[in-house]
Amino acid sequence: MNRIDQRMQALKEQNRKALITYIVSGDPTPALTVDAMHALVENGADIIELGIPFSDPMAEGPVIQLGHERALEHNVSLTSTIDMVKVFREKDQQTPIVLMGYVNPIERMGYATFAKMAAQAGVDGVLTVDLPPEEAVLLDEQLKAVDLKNIFLLAPTTTVQRIREVVNVASGFVYYVSLKGVTGAGHLDLDSVKDKLGIIQQHTDLPVCVGFGIKDGASAKAVSQYADGAVVGSVFVDKMGALQNEENQTIIDAVGQLVADIRQGLDSE
Amino acid sequence: MNDLTNVADIDFSSFPDENGHFGLYGGRFVSETLISALDELSEMYDRLKDDPVFQAEFDKDMAHYVGRPSPLYHAERWSQKVGGAQIYLKREDLNHTGAHKVNNTIGQALLAKYSGKTRVIAETGAGQHGVASATVAARLGLECEVFMGAEDVQRQSLNVYRMKLLGAKVHAVTSGTKTLKDAMNEAMRDWVTNVDNTFYIIGTVAGPHPYPKLVRDFQAIIGREAREQSLVQAGRLPDALVACVGGGSNAIGLFHPFLNDESVEMYGVEAGGDGVDTGRHAAPLNDGIPGVLHGNRTYLMEDENGQIIETHSVSAGLDYPGVGPEHSWLKDLGRVNYVAVTDEEALAAFRDLTLTEGIMPALESSHALAYAAKMAKDMPEDKIIVVNLSGRGDKDILTMANLDGITV
Repeated sequence: MNRIDQRMQALKEQNRKALITYIVSGDPTPALTVDAMHALVENGADIIELGIPFSDPMAEGPVIQLGHERALEHNVSLTSTIDMVKVFREKDQQTPIVLMGYVNPIERMGYATFAKMAAQAGVDGVLTVDLPPEEAVLLDEQLKAVDLKNIFLLAPTTTVQRIREVVNVASGFVYYVSLKGVTGAGHLDLDSVKDKLGIIQQHTDLPVCVGFGIKDGASAKAVSQYADGAVVGSVFVDKMGALQNEENQTIIDAVGQLVADIRQGLDSE
Repeated sequence: MNDLTNVADIDFSSFPDENGHFGLYGGRFVSETLISALDELSEMYDRLKDDPVFQAEFDKDMAHYVGRPSPLYHAERWSQKVGGAQIYLKREDLNHTGAHKVNNTIGQALLAKYSGKTRVIAETGAGQHGVASATVAARLGLECEVFMGAEDVQRQSLNVYRMKLLGAKVHAVTSGTKTLKDAMNEAMRDWVTNVDNTFYIIGTVAGPHPYPKLVRDFQAIIGREAREQSLVQAGRLPDALVACVGGGSNAIGLFHPFLNDESVEMYGVEAGGDGVDTGRHAAPLNDGIPGVLHGNRTYLMEDENGQIIETHSVSAGLDYPGVGPEHSWLKDLGRVNYVAVTDEEALAAFRDLTLTEGIMPALESSHALAYAAKMAKDMPEDKIIVVNLSGRGDKDILTMANLDGITV
């Protein structure tokens, strides 16, 4: 069984919400990434989304754009990102890992090669921001062949008819983009999230997690009342950028503390 | 290398397909939030493109605001100097705002008006599309914000001020390489945030479906006129068409109405920068590979890891790592020949046309002129080449002065 399915099922049985944390591979330096991933897990992350650096991250706000730029300064690529997962798996065989990025680096590697390498390294799912289902057919075939989950986005602007079509091809979980905007935006509207999640859940049994604009334990808890989990990204990337000139241990401790705080908020009564 | 009998059977007017594909290219590679806006735009455009009221409004603006039809001018003196084929210039430089860009912004601003959106945004490289967008926004009373790479804001300061005079707000984009591609990223980010009230006026035949199609349709007025003018003035169709290709909107505008005319050869001229073999250029169709950027699959300049790389050209309007998807398809089909000329060759053509015809071309268009001159030499005098003179060179005077070591 795929680790994402296992983890989601376990959380459901424990009546807990998923905390999904995002960092960019190689940000601020490649040497830090695997340790940061372990720190995320030790302090309460259930699933790790590892960003694949890209020169033109169109859906990202300024914070995550800078994360991509820092990683690219160290020439971090899709290949080295997959290698980091391989190293992470030496110590952690349980935590699901989702690679999140843009399609061009994947296309350059080749869909089949990518799927095979990612699966061998211990990746569990893929979220390609600029590859809606209509364009994802060929990649989807390759991912299915190696039991990698294909995670799709739904947005406030997605129509009901389209929700049906997207959940039909989605697997692992569905990622609901909480707002019209880029990552790290600050205008989360809880009522609209609640309404839309209600509609989405009528059409799928897949877990639904909410991301974009979730900054702390309180906002994570707020959206999770209606969802199966929350995705948090910009706050980690921001912290890692701010501390980039500090010792590695300082950065890792700070990231760990942030996750612990969010976990506590998410689990609070 | 290509089976031309197949190409002759293609009905080019039936492309792209309903999902925006030109063969392998085009499509809609955007995040989910934008899909419904693109669906709405497709639906509205398909409804309006054959609507007589919408078409009449577009035609009226083209005639009385832009000043169309633009002349097809036989550059006799330059043809003689070059020696060989007769060169005709399609004078898009005489349009209001000084380039072909306005054909498209008029069309998209009309779509914005019909859609009820109150705010328009645009990306710009050299600033011509930004100026053309600010112009139509001023005329329709729409709020206008233009995204421009911080580098381009520096090197095209005249156009930045023009946009400001026209009431537009100009954002200097400091991410990535600080040029056109980053301006387009930033415009997409604005659009995804303000999608409810904002119409994104894309300046070239790239971006997600339906943009490559609708921009082409608005620009195809260039080729329709040139075809008609050639029949009247020369009594026949031209033997060859030449246009510069950055994103490729002026080229597709000239080429498209001739695609099913088998006797007409076509040449798209990319920016060769320091030379295609140096790697310092902006010629993805000559030296790139297919990939995905800015919502469509097309030829791109990228490294072995799929990262988009920096491009080089003396012309800001051609300094872009991608190209419209229809051009990628036409390249693979072999219907259009894609070639490149260097900065140096383009600058020589700029000076040559200015001195022999008293017409100062944009540096972008100078690439097409340079290639046409090379071709003409080897052709008999009774052959006809039509070059798209896509814009005028006023905006490039500071660049030229700089190269001459003169402070203006």
